[in-house]
Order: sequence, then structure tokens, then C-alpha cells
Amino acid sequence: MELLSHLAIGWHTAATWANLFYCFVGVFLGTAIGVLPGLGPTATIAMLLPVTFVLPPESALIMLAGIYYGSQYGGSTTSILVNLPGEAASVVTTIDGYQMARQGRAGAALAASAVGSFFAGTVATLLIAAFAPPLAEVALEFGPADFFSLMVLGLVASIVLAQGSLLHAIGMVVLGLLFGLIGTDVNSGALRFTFGFFELADGIGFVTVAMGMFGLGEIVRNLQDENDRSVTASKITGLWPTKEDWRRMIPAILRGTVIGSALGLLPGSGSILGSFGAYSIEKKVSKHRAEFGKGAIEGVAAPESANNAGAQTSFIPMLTLGIPSNPVMALMIGAMIIHGIQPGPQVVTSQPALFWGVVVSMWIGNLMLLILNLPLIGMWVRVITIPYQFLYPGILVFCAIGVFSLKNATFDVYLMALFGVVGYVFSKLGCEPAPMLLAFILGPLMEEYLRRAMLLSRGDPMVFIRRPISATLLAMSVLAMLSVLIPTFSKTREEAFKE
Amino acid sequence: MIRSTKDFWTGLIYIGLGVSAIVIARDYAMGTAVKMGPAYFPSILGGLLVLIGLISVIRSFVVSGTPIGAFGFKGLSLVIGSTLLFGAIVRGTGVLVALPLLVLVSAYGSTRFRWAPTIVMAFGLTLFCALVFIEGLGIPLPLLGSWFGG
Repeated sequence: MELLSHLAIGWHTAATWANLFYCFVGVFLGTAIGVLPGLGPTATIAMLLPVTFVLPPESALIMLAGIYYGSQYGGSTTSILVNLPGEAASVVTTIDGYQMARQGRAGAALAASAVGSFFAGTVATLLIAAFAPPLAEVALEFGPADFFSLMVLGLVASIVLAQGSLLHAIGMVVLGLLFGLIGTDVNSGALRFTFGFFELADGIGFVTVAMGMFGLGEIVRNLQDENDRSVTASKITGLWPTKEDWRRMIPAILRGTVIGSALGLLPGSGSILGSFGAYSIEKKVSKHRAEFGKGAIEGVAAPESANNAGAQTSFIPMLTLGIPSNPVMALMIGAMIIHGIQPGPQVVTSQPALFWGVVVSMWIGNLMLLILNLPLIGMWVRVITIPYQFLYPGILVFCAIGVFSLKNATFDVYLMALFGVVGYVFSKLGCEPAPMLLAFILGPLMEEYLRRAMLLSRGDPMVFIRRPISATLLAMSVLAMLSVLIPTFSKTREEAFKE
Repeated sequence: MIRSTKDFWTGLIYIGLGVSAIVIARDYAMGTAVKMGPAYFPSILGGLLVLIGLISVIRSFVVSGTPIGAFGFKGLSLVIGSTLLFGAIVRGTGVLVALPLLVLVSAYGSTRFRWAPTIVMAFGLTLFCALVFIEGLGIPLPLLGSWFGG
């Protein structure tokens, strides 16, 4: 079996003491930030990226990946115990999870989420192992036009999934693409939009933008409604679910895993869509429909399985195509580039130890999460109750030092502050920062592929429709866009965000 | 009459940025569709942004929306101000002064600010960063900067 020999290579990389340690640090930090409302994986990974420069690339990616799926795991704890989503993808878990906690069944809810996440993580790891290599081979056939259309699809998906006005989300994407073009044009060497600052010749670092918009902007927003954050966690009794619980949660976990894995693959999605999708489907198919919203264990097990599965399968487009499907994956790509690895379909074959090491580490990390976190739940409860006024100055310190260390330049500190203002103002105007960050990273790539495609086609824009792969991707983009404009779906989109 | 201030202001910002992008890009070579110059893609994007901004402004007179919430000026100015201050003084004073100031000034933005725990936190974070980032990871920032003869 080829798969087994691949997994053996991965095991060899992932199971060294050093990498086990970094995997542990990753999932531990991930759980902590998942538990803490107001600190998400994007800002955390951006903050820690400079620290990983000193690590070997496998260890860096193993740790950063652990932060992402660990945060999905930790998010449910806060949702269940204090009715606040620790993580965006855990929003739906608050509905039934908190009700269960109020009925004194917090233990069962936490266990359902833990077991579901572990199962989903295991399946998603196997899916990556089985499907990433063939997909990467397909991706080697991609021409410039196909890559361009793929990025269009990714951006459209991020627009569709953004909260608030569709028009403004499109604007944020265009704006992000423009910001991405700041710096030296690779083709002509011309300096663009640098306003005379030589520091901008290399462009704006995406970590600077991510820390500004997701770190600083988020802090200012949280400070404004600080008073809503008084937190009292429910008591936990009896971690083990009853027989009846098991009977009800197993099918929910299975369904959640399938939905989450599939939706995680979509560019622009990641884990959030999966948890919403799994919850609404569970609500439709369950025999205990009346219990939803009043503490149905399916309402915890399904979305928590889905968000963990989605967090992991969203690595597939990143690892096989080199295209980020969400801001976290964009940071992972940045980490690879910093370590001298060009992301793309060739990574699977040219860096087998890295690729399979990261895949296998995901399963190990999930196992660590399962074993460590149920016994450690008392500690996480205490982490939740850390008041925000003791948290954000620390975040700010790590952002400031981290952003400085990227190029050893105070200029980046100022830029980060500027993007903090930009992020805050746009969030006040109802424009989400996530699509903009994604577009910011894709901007230069898109321009490059557009140029190449047009050069190859001698200036004929029909090339995007004539090539079958590109045409399919563009058709999917159009469908995704239309689906929002169709009243019935846009209503469910609004409802999903309201919940 | 403006019925959605969010649409109106977002639209204006988009139009302003889009127009600036087009105007600035006029200094660069346009090229052709086959051989795109540095101005080609930014000009397309700038045009799109203006278009989106215009639709948004027009919509703001037709469709009513939720009003823009109040700005948290205290938090905004202290968080952004403390970051700028850190950038401005860190080379001169070194991290042993710049970091505690960053913590104190930003922490003052909280409605629950109290001196004693904040000072403890400033001390702890500075010690941690000095050990891990400056000594451990070797980030080239002085502990005490040139203003103190460091």
C-alpha cells in the first residue's frame, strides 16, 4: 500500500521528540486561544510566525497547524460553559451546548464535542492522506488561466461567506487586491503606490496586515463592549455521556464529519460554514427535533465534529494547489515561503517528509487534544475567566515585538497601527476584514496569473472560458454569487449568521 | 436624504480609494492586454472599486440600513497611540522602558483599569519578552537604548 508507506514517512517525521513537543505546544496554545473569546487563530498564528523562523520548516508547520485545529477544539468549551463563542466556528454550539450546561449536563456536552472532534479529525487526516496526492497531480495540469479562475472562486466564496452587505464584501476584496499590489512590480520593476517610502518597496507584509486588522482592530472593538464580557462559567459534573447520549451522538458525529470535511474543501470556507451546515442539517433529520435549542446533544456533537473536520480538510487546497482558502491558510503559506518552500502541487512530491509529517502530526495532535483536555477542563475554565483587561495589553506586546522582528523595522509597527485603524473603521461600517486579507495575499498572484494567461492567449480574454478547468471554476463562482442573490438562500444565510 | 449611513460612508471611502488608485497609476506604464504594464491591473481594480462605491452611495439614498454605532475613541486612541509610541521610542529607550509604557498606556483604555495589577503585568510581560525575544531569539532591540547610553 502506497498510502501506508507515505504514512510511515510522516510518522518518522512527526513522532520525533522535538516534533511531538511542537505539536503539543501548538494544540495547547490553540486550545487556550480557542477557549479565550476575543483572541482567534489568525491573530495568534500571525503573532507566533516570527518565533517559528528559528525552527525547522516541519516543526514550524506542525505547530502552526496545531494552533488552528486546537482552536476549533477549545472554542466549544467556552460555547458550552459560558454561552460565548470562543471561536467563530463555535457560534452554533452555544445554542444547545449552553442549554445542556444549564441543565447540569455540561460534562456530557464537553465529552460529545471532544469525541466528535477526535473522530472527525481522524477521518479528515485520512482524507488528506488519500486525496491530496492525486489532487496535486491534477493541479500540475493547471495553466495560468485555471489558477486565476481558482483564485476568483476562492474570493467569491469568501464574499459569499462574509457577514453583512454583499456589495461591501466585494469592495473589501477589490481593496485587498489593490493593497496587495503595493511595492515593486515583479515584471517591470516599477515601484507602485509606495508614496516615496523605500520601506514599501517589498510590499506590505501580510502578517502586518493580519496583526493590525485581526489583532489591534479586534482589541479596540472588544474594548468598546467590554461590559458585556462578565463571565461566570457553569459547573461541570459527570464527564461521561449516558448510553442514550452515545446512541444519539454517534450518527450526529458521522453526519457532522461528512459535512464538515466536504465544506472545508471549498475555497474561502474553512471550518465556519461546516458547523453552520451540520447544525441546520441535524435539526432537519433528527428524531428529537423539538429538543433543538433546548439542549439536544446532537446540536453539539454535529457542529463540533464538522468544524474540526473542516479546519483540517481546508489544508487540502493549501497543500495541493498552494492557494489559501482562508486567512489562516494564507499565514501557513507565508510560513512555508519564509522557510524557502514554494507552495504548490509539487510540495507533496518534493517535500515528502514535510507534507506527510504535517498530515500525521494532525492525527497525533487530535489524540493529544482528546487525552489532555478532558482532564484539564478545570484549568481551561479558569482560563476563560481571565478578565479581558489583563489579556489585551499582552496581545499588543506580542504583536508589537512580533511585527518588528519580521524585518527589524519600526516602520512595520506603524503600518500595523494603521491597519488597526483601517480594520476598526471598516468593522464599524459593517465590512468584514477576512475577505480583504485573503484578497491582499492573492493580489500579486492573481495579477501574475492574469498576465501570463493573457500573454499565452495573445490578449484574448476568452481563454478563461475556453479552458475546461477554468470554465468550470468560473461557472462555480457565478453559481455561488447567484445563490446569494436568490431570495430563499440569502434568507438562510442571514438566519445562519443571526443564530 | 441619506437612509443608510453605513452604505454612504463605505461608498465614499471606496470611491476615494478607487479614484486615487487610478490617478496614481497614471504615472505607470499601461501596456496592452497581451503585455500588461504595471498600471493595467491596478487601473481595472480602481475602476471596479469606484463602481462599487457609486452603487453603495446610490443605495444609501434608497435602502435604509442600521446606523453606524458610536466610535470607541478612548480605546482606539490609546491602543493605536501606545503602539505608535512603542515604535517611536523603542530604539531610543530600549524595551525595558518602551514595553512597560506600551502596557500601561494601552491598559488605561479599559474601563476596569487599576494601577496595581497593571504594573505587575507590565513588569512580568517585559521580563518575559526581554528573556525570550531579546536574549533567547536574538531580536535586535536594545534592552536599554541609545538615549540611556545603551
